[in-house]
Amino acid sequence: MLDLSIVMSMAFLVEKSIVTVFIFIVVLAVVAYATLGERKIAGYLQDRHGPNRAGIGKHKLWGILQPIADGTKFFMKEDIIPDKANKILFVLAPTFTFCAAGFIMAAIPFGDRITIFGREVLLQIADINLGILYILAIGSLGVYGIAMGGWASNNKYSLMGGLRTVSQMISYEIVMGLALVALMIDHGTPALRQIVIQQSGPIWHWSVFSHPLGFLLFYISVFAECSRMPFDLPEAENELVAGYHTEYSSMKFGLFQFGEYTHMTLASCFIATLYFGGWTIPWVAVPENPGLIWGIISFGVLWIKALFFLFVFMWVRWTLPRFRYDQLLYLGWKKLIPLAIFNIFLTAGLILLFQKFGIAG
Amino acid sequence: MQGVMFIVLALVTLFSALMVITRKDPVSSILYLVLTFFCFAGFYVLLGAQFLAAVQIIVYAGAIAVLFLFVVMMLNLREPEAEEGKELIPIWKPLGYAVGIGVGIVFLSYLASSPGPAIPPLNGGDEIYAMGRADFLGKALFTDFILPFEIAGVLLLAAVLGAVALAKKKRV
Repeated sequence: MLDLSIVMSMAFLVEKSIVTVFIFIVVLAVVAYATLGERKIAGYLQDRHGPNRAGIGKHKLWGILQPIADGTKFFMKEDIIPDKANKILFVLAPTFTFCAAGFIMAAIPFGDRITIFGREVLLQIADINLGILYILAIGSLGVYGIAMGGWASNNKYSLMGGLRTVSQMISYEIVMGLALVALMIDHGTPALRQIVIQQSGPIWHWSVFSHPLGFLLFYISVFAECSRMPFDLPEAENELVAGYHTEYSSMKFGLFQFGEYTHMTLASCFIATLYFGGWTIPWVAVPENPGLIWGIISFGVLWIKALFFLFVFMWVRWTLPRFRYDQLLYLGWKKLIPLAIFNIFLTAGLILLFQKFGIAG
Repeated sequence: MQGVMFIVLALVTLFSALMVITRKDPVSSILYLVLTFFCFAGFYVLLGAQFLAAVQIIVYAGAIAVLFLFVVMMLNLREPEAEEGKELIPIWKPLGYAVGIGVGIVFLSYLASSPGPAIPPLNGGDEIYAMGRADFLGKALFTDFILPFEIAGVLLLAAVLGAVALAKKKRV
C-alpha cells in the first residue's frame, strides 16, 4: 500500500516536471520570437523591412535567428554597475522583474487534459482553485522589480521612472481587480480551468460577449500593467532618457526587456483564457476522454488566440501616441475605476434578474 | 513535512521582521517587510486558508507596501544618520521597551497556559480544503460574523473619509 502511494507520487512528480519544463520552454520560445516579431511588425507598419539579416547561411529567412544574435550581443556587452548604486538591489531588480512575470505561467491553463499511459495529465502547471487571485497576487509584485531598479540606480531619471511605475501600476491594478470581480461573480469561481470549460459551446458563450465593458476595462489595464505603449510612461524616452533602466546595460537590461515580453505574452494568454474561451474551440464540445491529439489541438488553439493579442500589443504600440502622465492617472482614477464599480453592480443586477425570471445566464 | 515547512517559514519570518526594524536604509527595510508579508501568506497556506493567503499578498505586499515604498522614494531618505541624536521626547525609548516586554510576557504566559489551537493538516481532506475557499469564507462572513464584519467595514469607511479630509486642499 505504501509502496504504491510512493510510486504514484513519483509518477505525479515526473509528470508535473515534464509539463512544467515543456510549458516553460514554449513560453520562452514565444517570448524570444516576440522580440523579433515586435521589430518586424514595427518595420511593416512603418513601411520598412525590420531585421532581416540573421539567417542560416545564405538564406536570410526573414531574420529567423535574430533572437539568438540579440542574446549573444547582450552577453557580450560590457556590464556596468554605477559606483554609487545600491549593488544588491541593482542586481536583484531585473531578476525580480523577470521572475514575477514568469510565475504567472504556473496558473494558466494552456490546454485540456491528455491521457498518456493511462494517466490523465493536465496541460497546466498547477490547477489551483484560486487561479485569478494567484495571477493578480503575482502580477502585483512585478512593480517591485522596476521600483527597485529605478531606486538602486541612484539616478534622477531612473528614480522618476520608478515612481511613475509605482503610481501607474497601483492605479491600474485596482481597475483590473474590479473588472475581474464582475467576471468571477458571473462564473461563480476564480478557478481558471472551470472558467474555460464554462465558455465552451457556441461562440456567444465567450465571456467577452457577456462582459463587454469588463473586457474593455481589463484590456486597458493590462496595457498599463505591462507598461506598453499608450501607457509606457515609466520609460518615456523623450522625458526620462530610458526611465528605470537608464543605468542598465548588458544582460541586466536584457532581462528587463525579456521580463516585459514575458509579461505581455502571459497577459495575452490570460486575456484569451478569461474572455475568449481559452483552449476551447467554438461549437466543439469538450470530449469526455480526451486523447493526445485533442490535447495538442487545445494547446494550439490557446496559442493562436494568445498570439493574436500579442500582435495587438505591438500594433497599438506603433499606432498610438503616448499619454501624458497626469492624463494617465486622471483616466485611471476618475474614469475607469467608477466604470469598473458600475460594471460590478450591472453584472450582479443582471444575474439576479436572470435568476428571478429563470433564464439561464 | 508540514513541521519542516513551518520551521523554515518561522525562521525566515523572524529574520526578515528583525531586518525591518534594524536596517538604517528605509528602502531595504520595506523590502524586508514585503518578505515578511510573504511568509505570513505561507502560514495561511499551511493553515489551509488559501484565499486569505492570496488576499494577503494582493493587499499587503501588492498595494500597502508599494505605497510605503512610494512614499519613502519620494521623501528621499538616503542619509538617516543626519537625523540621529535628535530624539523628540527622551521618555519614548524606555516606554517602548516597557510596552514591548509587557506584551511579550502576556503572550508567553498565554502560550504556557494553553496548548493552543490544533493546526489542521495540510492535506486534511475536503473539509479543511473547502474552508480556505472564497465561497466558504464569504458565507461565514455574511452569516456568523456579520456584526464584526460590518463594524470593520464602518471603521475602514471612517478611515477613508478621514484620509480624504486630510488630503483635500483647503479652499480659502
